[in-house]
Amino acid sequence: MWSKRVKFGLAALLMTGALAGCGQTDNNNSSSAGSNEGGAKKEETYSGTISLAGSTALQPLAEEAANAFMEKYPDVSITVQGGGSGTGVNQVAAGAVQIGNSDVPAAEKLDDKSKASELIDHKVAGIAFAIVVNDDVKIDNLTTEQIQGIFSGKIKNWKEVGGSDEAIHVINRPASSGTRATFEKTVMKDVKINDAIGTVQDSNGAVEQAISSTPGAVSYVAMSYLIGEKKNLKTVKINGAEPTVENIRTEKYPFWSYEYMITKGEAKDEVRAFIDFVKSEEFASTVKQMGYIPMTELE
Amino acid sequence: MTARMIDKVWTGIFYAVAAAVIGLLVFFFAVVLSKGAGFWQPEFLFGRPSNTQAGGGIGPQLINSFYLLGVALFLSVPLSLGAGVYLAEYAKQGRIVGMIRLCLEAMASLPSIVVGLFGLLAFVTLTGWGYTLLGGALAVTIINLPGLTRICETAILDVPASIREGSLALGATRWQTLVKAVLPAAIPQMVTGVILAAGRIFGEAAVFIYTAGLTTPMLRWDADWSSSAHPLNVFRPAETLTVHIWKLNSEGIVPDAKLIAAKSAAVLMVAVLLFNLAARLTSSLLARHFSGSRRARRGPMKRNKAA
Amino acid sequence: MQPTYAKRRHRRLEEWMGRTFAGICGWLIVLITVTMIVFLAAKGIQSFTDSGLSLSDMLLSAHWDPNGTPPKYGALIFIVGSMLVSLGALLVSAPLALALAIFMNFIAPKWLVSLLKPVLELLVGIPSVVYGWLGVTLLVPLVREWFGGSGFSLLAGIIVLGMMILPTITSIAADALANVPKAYMEASYGLGSTRWQAISRVIVPAAKTGIATGVVLGLARAFGEALAVQMVIGNTMRLPSGLDSPTATLTSILTMDMANTINGTPWNNALWTLAFLLLLISFFFIAVIRLVGQRKER
Repeated sequence: MWSKRVKFGLAALLMTGALAGCGQTDNNNSSSAGSNEGGAKKEETYSGTISLAGSTALQPLAEEAANAFMEKYPDVSITVQGGGSGTGVNQVAAGAVQIGNSDVPAAEKLDDKSKASELIDHKVAGIAFAIVVNDDVKIDNLTTEQIQGIFSGKIKNWKEVGGSDEAIHVINRPASSGTRATFEKTVMKDVKINDAIGTVQDSNGAVEQAISSTPGAVSYVAMSYLIGEKKNLKTVKINGAEPTVENIRTEKYPFWSYEYMITKGEAKDEVRAFIDFVKSEEFASTVKQMGYIPMTELE
Repeated sequence: MTARMIDKVWTGIFYAVAAAVIGLLVFFFAVVLSKGAGFWQPEFLFGRPSNTQAGGGIGPQLINSFYLLGVALFLSVPLSLGAGVYLAEYAKQGRIVGMIRLCLEAMASLPSIVVGLFGLLAFVTLTGWGYTLLGGALAVTIINLPGLTRICETAILDVPASIREGSLALGATRWQTLVKAVLPAAIPQMVTGVILAAGRIFGEAAVFIYTAGLTTPMLRWDADWSSSAHPLNVFRPAETLTVHIWKLNSEGIVPDAKLIAAKSAAVLMVAVLLFNLAARLTSSLLARHFSGSRRARRGPMKRNKAA
Repeated sequence: MQPTYAKRRHRRLEEWMGRTFAGICGWLIVLITVTMIVFLAAKGIQSFTDSGLSLSDMLLSAHWDPNGTPPKYGALIFIVGSMLVSLGALLVSAPLALALAIFMNFIAPKWLVSLLKPVLELLVGIPSVVYGWLGVTLLVPLVREWFGGSGFSLLAGIIVLGMMILPTITSIAADALANVPKAYMEASYGLGSTRWQAISRVIVPAAKTGIATGVVLGLARAFGEALAVQMVIGNTMRLPSGLDSPTATLTSILTMDMANTINGTPWNNALWTLAFLLLLISFFFIAVIRLVGQRKER
């Protein structure tokens, strides 16, 4: 740890003297009191430090899970960072964190396949997305073809899909976004999004803000983000199906994906226990309350 | 007469521009404060944030912002004071000063996002610290170093030559003159500059997103010093208030995310205002204090002899 | 009264330590700057050394499609977008800033000056997230009402940036005007000119290099501003067709994609190259400021 810390001379020069005593959150200190691996039995206790980083879509859930887990096992300390799915995969591959959160499997982000084989994906929850429009748009259903036409720029006016005579304003997420990757994979399929039309907003929040204030606007956001009252925007059914768990299980609603927690090598001890906890029956109601889909309902 | 008319018209235009700028600021404050009404409630200022329910607070973020500011000042004030002294007193004019000045200018014009990305490479990845409060403080130090150095340098250069000469004439060394005569006289101006810089550090966001991180561990005062849960551990992630606003507006899923963001913005604006008032107040207080006692200080050797 | 030997040695040590500390601080600044340049350059050239992208494609092509087959990394849109929005902000801001600087130096009564100074400092102090937020909630709807479209536009970016750089230019221009010798003004009055004539024909020309420095510095600030611009400019991958059309900038693409791409991929490398490009552009601005300054000395 010391040599790492001294690496950046500037920092060391000024701070190490004062801080020699207090080390950083030790990344590899995975000491577990209970030696039995796997089965997260109630009697077992865990200790150590877990750090997570990555997907902003998964972050709120991970934070909530961390709080609940730490309440259960007070000797475990968990920190959750955002940064985006790319950061999550980067950091876990570099060994900087134990768990990388991602909207897509590690292999889809990494070009280097040999690196990807070291990483193991754990599905921890499902997340549904919805097509949303400004509430002045008089439409409550779109077919996959219509959505493809709108986002590829072929359909430019709401009257072409049965609405009133109003220009369509397309709002996209940036090309590197996990939400957009899911949208392309499950809805757009082979049709390419036209980036030269409409605008691009950086996040779910920015999309919501833009949709609710722009007449004729259409975009896509995570259902977890639509919990609570949202003004001036409404969700639209896809092929007549609402984004419910039931419709997802019966494959009527296409626009959803898993959220992944990625580990380098098999997860062990408290890391394993934490991932199991996120997927567990015990935590499922919180998952649901936060707008995600618990794994217990998907399997 | 036309020349006088034109003069009148332009005077009018100047007044209008000035009024517009003042009006703009007042308008900004009015909008931000009215949208964030209620930000003064203690349960908001000191409460814990919540991921799921409305009514969370910004306690940890506020602690982080101030603590990070403290660490950043602890790092950057001595550094820039030293550099200012070097530029003003010791460096030979010419090539070396020119080079340092060039570097200062280069640093000053760096986009803060570039510094943030550098911090991500240097303080987060290379050191292996991950996202830490110290990393954020170091990165923001880079941003503020040029400005603070300039403040210190000009404050030292603005000290009347008579003070310096008097001290040197009494046989003091250059260093003694600097520490006992020049710096005390330069302090009021420096303090003002530092407080204003502090306000800017407080409002910085882009840098911290990449270095100090987007979350805060559950802080407990009874935690071990080495644990990331201890509030004073600088090797822990620390989401500042500005980053909190950015995060709430972008990915906040709490039902009242927008309201918390608005209230946090109001807190920030008030903090910036307070920093400004503080700068003004301290500078006038210090100026009075030092101008009153300057005569005594002119002979720093007196004190030395007594000791 | 001669100090003892020990005292003298103590003094010399003190002197030496003080000088060394100051020297270290001075050189540390050089070290940090050089380190940053080396770091960013090393990351920035990986696009060309590791990922085999071509520099001319990157700078001259407007085709940015990292997910395409084959992926394309033409950054012209961002470069042009950054330039247009910064120059536009300058056009809005520089005249206002100059007017304010003149007003504070020559026209305003004292109480008004002591009001304006903190006002400018406060405008600098407002965090850019807050500027961006005000832009999205107040300005974008206004632009939509005036021009139609979505409101997210070059114009919205220009106005937000213009406000953000106003205090910078004003304070530097005000310093430059204050440095013009009083005698110039008096001489001009003596020749029977009005206040406006004295200001416009004598004072401003005398301070023009200082004002130019402020303008270039404002331009550099505008170029590097990230969050506020990204929030209002629309980030559409196309060259703007007018003031009301959305576009993207170097900083906006960096804030949006940097955290979501993986180290070592061509995409991530290309973004680092853009970050390095930002650094080079800010160095270019410094060179301009230095040239302006040299002309003054001559």
